[in-house]
Amino acid sequence: MRKIKGKSLMTAAEIDLVLTRMAAEIVEKLGPEEAFAVIGIRRRGVPLARRLCRRIEAAVKRPVPLGILDITLYRDDLTAIGNRPMLRETLIDFDIDNRSLVLVDDVLYTGRTIRSALDGLVDLGRPRRVQLAVLVDRGHRELPIQADYVGKTVQTEEDETVEVRLEEEDGEERVVLLGKTQPAAGTRKARGAKSPGRGGGA
Amino acid sequence: MASLSQKDLLSIEQLSVDDIGLVLDTAEALREVSARAVKKVPALRGKTVINLFFEPSTRTRSSFELAEKRLSADILNFSASSSSVTKGETLLDTARNLEAMAPDIIVIRHASAGAPHLLGTECRSSVVNAGDGMHEHPTQALLDALTVRSMKGRLEGLKLAIIGDISHSRVARSDTLLFHKMGAEVWVCGPPTLIPADFHLLGARVTGFMEEAIEGADVVMMLRLQNERQNEAFIPSTREYFNLYGLSRERMRGARKNAIVMHPGPMNRGVEIESEVADADYSVILDQVANGVATRMAVLYLLSGNSGLKPGRESR
Amino acid sequence: MDPSRKFDRVADVAIDDGRIVEIAPRIAQKGRREVDARGLAVLPGFIDMHVHLREPGREDAETIETGTAAAARGGFTAVACMPNTQPVNDSEAVTTYILKRAREVSKIAVYPIGAITRGSRGETLAEIGEMVRAGIVAISDDGHPVSDGQVMRRALEYSRLFNLPVIDHCEDEALAAGGVVHEGYWSTKLGLRGISPAAEEVQVARDAILARQTGARIHIAHLSTRKSLETVTRARREGGVNLTCEVTPHHLLLTDERVAAYDTHAKMNPPLRGRDDVDALVEGIASGAVDVIATDHAPHTLGDKMLEFDRAPFGVVGLETAVSLVCDRFVRPGVIGLGRLAELFSLNPARILNLERGTLTPGAWADITVLDLGRQTEVRAATFASRGRNTPFEGWSLCGGPAMTVVRGKVVWSA
Ligand SMILES: [Zn+2]
Ligand SMILES: [Zn+2]
Repeated sequence: MRKIKGKSLMTAAEIDLVLTRMAAEIVEKLGPEEAFAVIGIRRRGVPLARRLCRRIEAAVKRPVPLGILDITLYRDDLTAIGNRPMLRETLIDFDIDNRSLVLVDDVLYTGRTIRSALDGLVDLGRPRRVQLAVLVDRGHRELPIQADYVGKTVQTEEDETVEVRLEEEDGEERVVLLGKTQPAAGTRKARGAKSPGRGGGA
Repeated sequence: MASLSQKDLLSIEQLSVDDIGLVLDTAEALREVSARAVKKVPALRGKTVINLFFEPSTRTRSSFELAEKRLSADILNFSASSSSVTKGETLLDTARNLEAMAPDIIVIRHASAGAPHLLGTECRSSVVNAGDGMHEHPTQALLDALTVRSMKGRLEGLKLAIIGDISHSRVARSDTLLFHKMGAEVWVCGPPTLIPADFHLLGARVTGFMEEAIEGADVVMMLRLQNERQNEAFIPSTREYFNLYGLSRERMRGARKNAIVMHPGPMNRGVEIESEVADADYSVILDQVANGVATRMAVLYLLSGNSGLKPGRESR
Repeated sequence: MDPSRKFDRVADVAIDDGRIVEIAPRIAQKGRREVDARGLAVLPGFIDMHVHLREPGREDAETIETGTAAAARGGFTAVACMPNTQPVNDSEAVTTYILKRAREVSKIAVYPIGAITRGSRGETLAEIGEMVRAGIVAISDDGHPVSDGQVMRRALEYSRLFNLPVIDHCEDEALAAGGVVHEGYWSTKLGLRGISPAAEEVQVARDAILARQTGARIHIAHLSTRKSLETVTRARREGGVNLTCEVTPHHLLLTDERVAAYDTHAKMNPPLRGRDDVDALVEGIASGAVDVIATDHAPHTLGDKMLEFDRAPFGVVGLETAVSLVCDRFVRPGVIGLGRLAELFSLNPARILNLERGTLTPGAWADITVLDLGRQTEVRAATFASRGRNTPFEGWSLCGGPAMTVVRGKVVWSA
């Protein structure tokens, strides 16, 4: 596993603490509701959603459905010429009609990923309401979207990258801020223009 | 990021093992779309796909159309009867006229082998071969592979027996190339008059005896026998053909225990396949149809960023 | 060099009034124009005995003017043109027309070949005697075989009256079965209908038997397989037949793999064959089993060629590449010598067509092909004199080729 340098934003312990707090907030708001579910946005939204779900289930003492949403087909940059982003399956094996949903992603940035995710959800049914939970909100929104549950808000420059590294995906656990000269790790390569899946979360 | 290495999908021959894996994985992810209440995603919104069918084909054409609609593409349909091809216009004239409509993808079915190559060389659009003469039918082979992989969990090490009129079958060529590439053991079987020269060089074992082909097979794929073959002296009669090469329950006993039966359709019940076999629970013929849509969606999705790339002329 | 009389040395050639008057080490100039051919090979004029000039009828593809200009550029001093024009050259009138046009526009000699049967339909004999009177040098239904054995037999019997060679395009059409490429791995892989080598071989065998029975002269056009060549060789070894054959440069140099990208510029009939057949033909030009190299120059418009492979017409051009290709691939590497080259391109075609050519003997017409074995060229169809651009050799770099073409003492082309 390649270690990446950069300014540390969150340690493993902090991530754990923040998720516990977010789960508590979600339970407080949605707990009384009969039917609500958690949906992780591929990729790093999925392990976060899974962890939140486990904490929520422990608190409400009943199973809470967990879904996985792949937003690739709904991206607004597909008309461009070039490589297609890798497509993965959307796995939501419950009916979302009239259910409250908590969408989970790692970083909230331009808001475009969330717009794509909302489009995707609408094609799957008519949820009662959709809320958004993110581990990091780094600002620079390009659409009028904001999160209902935020792990940590950080001030960033546009050309910086926020990297969320999770045990399940990356073999390590932390959040770092990469400057413009530092290369991002793995598939989350910052490549100039902001768009979903690029530039360290959208 | 994921893409096919070429601008066009002309043949299985041009695809690498990774390319094939990518198409199958993508198709698998897309199968979910067809199970939804709203069977539509916006991935090809704003893209134009032209279906250029010079040969009648209800199945392949509706499968492509459904795939295009589920991806929200704009669709234009041309068939030989409605287009000006019948009035002496050449394929290239037609292609240039269509090109003026700036399509992103052209899906072509043509009776002449190599027609999609000609189109791909001359057009900026991505060209998808939906069957050219006796050459190839790559999306059929891909959907067959998806079907087998879903049923068997793998392709490598399986024994596939393709039985029937190998000579005139583009499906036999594409399937042989694909399954051989993916590490399966491919057998083709048919009357010697219907096995083309040097077919073994494509990666298949060749036999005239059905028992040998089916022995221990995991997958038995039956091909359609055109009635004309009788008049062209390839076979004495369809009755004798069924006796030697028809798939019966009896013959299926030679195959592996949970072997599956496939057929690219349309079937000739009683000529190459017994009705009871076609409708048996080990027959996956209807799964093939369902997988056809997902596979074609995958191909269209993966090629949709490639139009305008340099035409992928093969070695010249 | 003149293989017709085993002459091979450095010498001057003196020409007066279109005829050779003297060949000797040093000849006084005596008011003649001097052409310096030092370091070059001076050979009897090359004859391409198998070309399609397309006129009359398809002047958009080629004309007698452009075709013969292409021939001159390719080092040929004479061509024999096949009768499959529109109308077919099956009558005195068409023969006369071709010869008249040739006198008007051609700088090289043009020898028409008449049809064997009316309209080359293979049914009834054309008026061969009248065409002979008008000037044909052979008969052929090229483009089609003479399928009916009885018609072929009659044609052979009749041709003896005029000592006329019968050139046969050997193809059993039922066996060829509408094929478009050689039957083998590539036809299977590309899904194109194959032409079995047997389609040619069966008819070559038939012709060998008929040649023996009738005593007539048969020349096999564009022979393309090992078995065909073996049949010809065996018949000749047994003796008592007048059987000759030609091969084309493309069958000597390309295999059926060349069609891999559905390139219609590699579609011709007979089709490009496999490696073993190509090897046999190359052995044949070296050993003498093959008599002639002829181009089967078959120009087509680009529009006609840019079709689906199975719909495009058969044929490639060859006049402007043949000699260079053979020099580069066979003469320079030593597969054949210059003497053999002159036999294949000059002496033997002249002999088969009863032409008083193919020699540099004093008194003969001064038809001369001068070769430069060091000359570098690149095949570029765009620069052809021929209207046909359908060459399978585009882009080939070649060393050696024609440097000058002399017809009746006149330099009609020089590099
Ligand atoms: Zn011919
Ligand atoms: Zn010819």
